[in-house]
Parts: sequence; C-alpha cells; structure tokens
Amino acid sequence: MARTPADLVGAQPDPPFEITFDGRRVTALPGQTVAAALWSAGILAWRTTREGGRPRGAFCGIGQCYDCLATVNGEPNRRACLVPARPGDAITTQEGHGHDRLTV
Amino acid sequence: MPTRKPSDVIIVGAGVVGAACAYYAALAGLSVTVVDRGSVAGGTTGAGEGNLLVSDKEPGPELELALLATSLWRELADVLPARIEYEAKGGLVVAADETGTRALRAFAARQGKAGVTAQEIPGDRLHDLEPHLAPGLAGGFLYPQDAQVMPAHAAAHLLRAGGDRVRLRLDEEVTGLLTGAAGEIRGVRTAKGELHAPYVVNAAGTWGGALAELAGVHLPVLPRRGFVLVTEPLPRVVRHKVYAADYVADVASDSAALQTSAVVEGTPAGPVLIGASRERVGFDRTLSTEVLGRLAAGAVGLFPVLGTVRAIRTYLGFRPYLPDHLPAIGPDPRVPGLLHACGHEGAGIGLAPVTGLIIASCLTGGRPPLDLRPFRPDRFTTPAP
Repeated sequence: MARTPADLVGAQPDPPFEITFDGRRVTALPGQTVAAALWSAGILAWRTTREGGRPRGAFCGIGQCYDCLATVNGEPNRRACLVPARPGDAITTQEGHGHDRLTV
Repeated sequence: MPTRKPSDVIIVGAGVVGAACAYYAALAGLSVTVVDRGSVAGGTTGAGEGNLLVSDKEPGPELELALLATSLWRELADVLPARIEYEAKGGLVVAADETGTRALRAFAARQGKAGVTAQEIPGDRLHDLEPHLAPGLAGGFLYPQDAQVMPAHAAAHLLRAGGDRVRLRLDEEVTGLLTGAAGEIRGVRTAKGELHAPYVVNAAGTWGGALAELAGVHLPVLPRRGFVLVTEPLPRVVRHKVYAADYVADVASDSAALQTSAVVEGTPAGPVLIGASRERVGFDRTLSTEVLGRLAAGAVGLFPVLGTVRAIRTYLGFRPYLPDHLPAIGPDPRVPGLLHACGHEGAGIGLAPVTGLIIASCLTGGRPPLDLRPFRPDRFTTPAP
C-alpha cells in the first residue's frame, strides 16, 4: 500500500464526511480541497473544455493554472485545488465556461 | 552594417498601423522592412479592444477615414484568416433618458448626411437586440457599420499576408535616422546597425513623437491612458458593441482628468471586454482601482448580469493622442523621405487599413483615397525653445 501524505506527517484527522460528485457519494477528510477529495476517490476530470469538450482536472494544484475549475454548489469556475471540501458539498462537472444559462 | 539588400521603405512600428502600412506597401510591389523595439502588437495595439467604429465619430475628416476603413476591413476579412476574429456585429449606443435620446438622434442625423447608417431603437425594443440590457433605458441607435477585430492577431496576419516582400526586425530599437547631404532620409540607425531605405514611415504610435524628434521635427503625440477590464469566459451575453451616450463626449474631450463611460462588448473567445477610461497621466502604468471600480460599475449599470460573473484580469494602454484628435498621415514636408502614420488615438485599429493604403499611395506616387490636408504632420506649431 502506497504511503499517503497523511501517513507521512502522522496526521490524525477528524472523522471523514461526504460530498457528492455528479450525484455520486465521495468521502472527504477535513482540510482536504475538493480536488484532493476527488483524486482520493480516483476521479481525475471534472470539467470539459469550451472548444472540443475535452476532459480537465487538477494540473498545477496550487491555484495558478485555472485548469481544475469545477461547479461547486451550483457556482461555476471554482478552483477545485483551492476550495476546501465541506460536508454535503455538491460538485458537478462543469461544461465549458459553466455559464450556458446566460446565453442570448 | 547592412547585411541585406536595402528595402524600398522602412516602417518603424509593428503595431496594427505599421502592419497595415507594410501590407499595402507590399501589395503595391514595394519591399518593406518593419522594425520594432519590441514585439508585434507589443504597444498600444495589444492593449486595445479592436473597435472598428463609425458610431462615435463626428462628421469630418476622421469619419471619412473611418468609413473608408470600414469597407477595407470587410475586404481584409475575406483575405486574412478567421483568427483575426473580424465580426460585423454592429454598435448599439444607448441613452438613459429622453434628453440623451434627443442628442443621439441629432448626432445620428448629422452622421447620416456623411454616409453613416444608424437606426433608432425605441426603449421598449432594446431588449430584442440585447436581452441582458438593463431595464428602463430611454432608447438607442444601432450602427450596423461598427465592427470588431482581435487587434494583435490582425496586426500579425497583416504582416504575414505581406509575404516575402515584408521583412520583420523585432527587438531592435531605432536610435537615429540616417540622412543625406540635403537632409533627405537614407535609412535608420538601430541598436544593431544601420538599415538603408529612401523612405521611413513613422508608425510608432504613442511613441511617434519621440521618433519625429529623432528626425528633428515636432509632432506632439501624447499618451492618453485607458484601462480594459476582462471578465471570465462567457457565452454570448452581449451581442453588439454597446456603449452609453456619454462615451462620444469623452472621446472628443481634451481634458486631462479621468473620464470613464461604459463600453461593453463580447469576444469570440468568450471574455467580455469592459471600457472605457481616458486620462492623461504620462506613461504611468500604475494599476488604478478607482478606474477599475468605475468601469465595473458602468458595465453592471448597462448589463446587470455582469454583476454575477467575475472580472479576471485587466490591462492598460496608451492611446496616441494629438491635440486636435486627428492622426498624422502622409509625407513630412520638413524631411524628404519621412512619412508619418501615427497619432490615431483610440481609433488606430479601425483606421489602420486606410492609413496603410494612404501611405502606400504616397510611396508609389499614386493618388491618395481622400484629401490629406487635415492630417498634415507639420500642422502643429513648434513650441518656443
């Protein structure tokens, strides 16, 4: 079994909680970002590109590249690598810019 | 030391005006060297919104230029790649109250006599054109001739479309002009050597006054700073270039103090561009939160939906302002061989093709497409030493 960052620092986190990704239940630990929680569940992509609809997930992991944008609780363009996961958060795959409803 | 055969003409400045001069000169059969101390579109061109407007112009010489430029851009859109993002989207000018509508109506009537098409839109029909527009506006005018282009791509593709006749020398600053015994132009001196040509075109934009000074002539180009606020990528939420009626007065003003008016437009890439500010503060690049706050408030005033999206970045540029708001285009009678193509203020992207066409006709002894006297480069009196 590969060692995890939590093992390496001897972390004793508070009890895990649940968030959802496109309706599927995902377990998150307190202090984890949305991206970390999704990665821990084996989910690597949560957005599609505006041109071509290609899959995107975390790339830089430090808030700089804006590749990991996700829709969090209905709000698009949140950087999943920075947003802390909170109990009950509903993460949904963001299609393109995430603002389709504004189209005229 | 010259390493290659001299060109017919050297163009100083690889912004959109220099690029258009190069394109039309090459089209006329001339060999062209374009020199820039930076990159293509690295100055004011890259800091613009890419407006090709007739709607904001009073009848007069600048409007004549703009009307010609409008048809030239339509031709260029067929020749250049789609990446220049030419959009004949039309402009929509809106007024908050009846007084504003009357002023717009009178303005449009005068423009109409000069060849501008404008259609009055009653307040209750504005939402047919722009569904997200704020409620309660009194009315507006639609200008179908207004268009938009992505300025940096346009400059780059104009240069490329010039083909083998256009040589590009970037990161090479012009430090002096070479002249012959009679004071006639022989070329330019750069940080890397000498380039020879019998003609030099000053397309240095906001820095055109400094280049004129190297030639020993006075051309008072001053920087007029403007910020653009950029939203996150959005679907099409704004269809036209939409602006408030007070923008026209700001453009024509001579004030050095900060002026802002709401100018909003979408782009094919997604972000909405928000302007426009004007202030004369030299080449100060300090970010001004006051300006950005006013731009954001103005844009949300026109399009409340923008209050729900994020602004993700901002940029600023320096419009090349001449005191009478007209560019300097054509030969400089004080220095044989020197031509100017600068000082277009906020209209340089739009006026680039017509400027290029004029310069090419001057270089080849052709007939310019319109009377050049209002644009004479020597029309400003030299200040007392």
